[in-house]
Amino acid sequence: MAVTEIDSSTESPSTTKVASADKRPRRKTRVFDHVVLLLGVLLMMGPIIVAFTTSTFDHVTIHRQGMQFGWGGEFLETYKNVLYQEGGFTGEVTGLLMTQNSLILGLGFAIGKIVVSMLAAYAIVYFRFPLATFSFWVIFTTLLLPLEVRILPSYEVVQQLGMLNTYSGLIIPLIASATGTFFFRQFFKSVPNELMEAARIDGAGPVQFFWDILVPLSKTMMAAIFIIMFVVGWNQYLWPTLMTTEEGYFTLVRGIRNIMQQMIGADIPEYNEALAMAILAMLPPALVIIIFQRMFIKGLVEQEK
Amino acid sequence: MTTLRIKNAIKQYPNGAQAVKGVSVDVEDGELVVFVGPSGCGKSTLLRMVAGLEEVTDGDIELNGRVVNNLEPADRNIAMVFQNYALYPHMSVRKNLAYGLKNRGTPAEEINRKVEEAGALLQISEFLDRKPSQLSGGQRQRVAMGRAIVRNPAIFLFDEPLSNLDAKLRNQMRLEIKKLQRRLDTAAIYVTHDQVEAMTLADRIVVLNNGMVEQIGTPTEVYSRPATTFVASFIGAPPMNLIPGELSNGSLRIGGHTMPMQSAHAGPVTFGFRPERAHMNGADSGLAVDIGVIEELGAHRLIHGRVGDHEVTVAQDSELPPPDGRMMLAFSEQDTHLFDPETGVRV
Repeated sequence: MAVTEIDSSTESPSTTKVASADKRPRRKTRVFDHVVLLLGVLLMMGPIIVAFTTSTFDHVTIHRQGMQFGWGGEFLETYKNVLYQEGGFTGEVTGLLMTQNSLILGLGFAIGKIVVSMLAAYAIVYFRFPLATFSFWVIFTTLLLPLEVRILPSYEVVQQLGMLNTYSGLIIPLIASATGTFFFRQFFKSVPNELMEAARIDGAGPVQFFWDILVPLSKTMMAAIFIIMFVVGWNQYLWPTLMTTEEGYFTLVRGIRNIMQQMIGADIPEYNEALAMAILAMLPPALVIIIFQRMFIKGLVEQEK
Repeated sequence: MTTLRIKNAIKQYPNGAQAVKGVSVDVEDGELVVFVGPSGCGKSTLLRMVAGLEEVTDGDIELNGRVVNNLEPADRNIAMVFQNYALYPHMSVRKNLAYGLKNRGTPAEEINRKVEEAGALLQISEFLDRKPSQLSGGQRQRVAMGRAIVRNPAIFLFDEPLSNLDAKLRNQMRLEIKKLQRRLDTAAIYVTHDQVEAMTLADRIVVLNNGMVEQIGTPTEVYSRPATTFVASFIGAPPMNLIPGELSNGSLRIGGHTMPMQSAHAGPVTFGFRPERAHMNGADSGLAVDIGVIEELGAHRLIHGRVGDHEVTVAQDSELPPPDGRMMLAFSEQDTHLFDPETGVRV
């Protein structure tokens, strides 16, 4: 037995070595690639995993021993509390309500931006009106004036319009978008002009051309912008904080802060619930990206025309 | 009857540049008229003015006896085939064909019937439910024509429809367009910069240069009696040889040689002859050409040589023995052309 084993192992290498010789470098780089990727994943996901595991412990443990790496067994309890327990100053806000508010803000923000910027880009690219190029650059320069710079005047306008503590007040001032207008302008410019002429000969008016031809062609582009804008909208913090004082309009991102605020009192803050809420707040944007990611890449890389 | 009348049409851009400088053309019923000219000559602009995609600065476009200058393209009863086909990429072939009819409010059964008919006529029935991106260039071309056919227009407008196809397919589609146009018996304008397309397709050719008409005529007329030196050098491959000379007393002096030439005209002229219409005679008389390079093309050969300081090209049947050194050319009377050297107009 032993002899034959040695025999086979000494005989075969001559053939296998040749084969593995040109495979080895490739396998090496492949292993190396994976190590790099795994490190990246750990770096990115580590804090999230720790936040998740910690959120399954009760807040006293966390307060005493810091972040936890194991399974605390309080998972159901904590997450149920976060979603359904009525909290806040008035005791009327639940996690679910805040999730709903965040969704309304994120969706309204993203969809509103897409609609407004598509219409603006359509006007700029397809209609000849005085100072068209000039107006485009005016829109474009608003990129230099982010919300934070003009937040007080914006607040004043919204307040005068009586839109404080409303969803429209939360969303509408944010949906004008230079970035979106710019992206759609570039995209529309790349659509061959003959398509518009063919549509004109086919009897399509401006609205019909927009709806029947441009909108379907922009699908991937819309998906790409939707992803970006949904995440941005979802993560809004400063504007909602200013705009809404009624707790019924609080978003998840604000909710996290609210829980931590209990620090001021004698109580130990509900670390576990804050972490659970952070995890929950991360889920919808992550889901949106996972669902739309293929269209997202397609929209940025290729266009079917 | 006349389908289309273009009366002294002018197109001037806001910056003052004139693309079309007063062109008048009539297109008779069932006639295929080709606009040909180099790029920038205004042929596409003129076509787009007929389509209604460019505004008419001055003059009239009259379609079936009705001035259409201010009508939208959709209301003009025209159909256009674009160079890049301009098919709607997100719609199936069927929807591409149906879109215009749907916008006109045509009943669904009629749309269906027309689409099926056009599909059968153009042999694209099996592709009706595909997207344009799944079709080859030739098939897309057919779809583009189908979209024009279903509208039942008074006139078809073709804007260089074959220039995106490879040479072989282009010849095939050229023939098909001609057959189709004959079969539908609908007037058509066809814009091209390719003089072979112009010669083979046209009932009448309109040669345009610099926004103006150089000549309107049948392919034979344009080929055998070009009105100007521009037409002479634009139509025909290789182009007509043009040599300056001097006419006096029934003889023509060219580069130190004298040829008998009957003409009422006297003084300096531009003498033209087609490479393929020159006879080589063994005699000593005629136009002497010093032979330079010879190109063999299979069926015939091109002999490049010089008359005095001027380059000329002569085509010769390959079965004849190639000439050497110097050759003497003779011409039939109808194959010689004389032009005014100043204006380029035929004398």
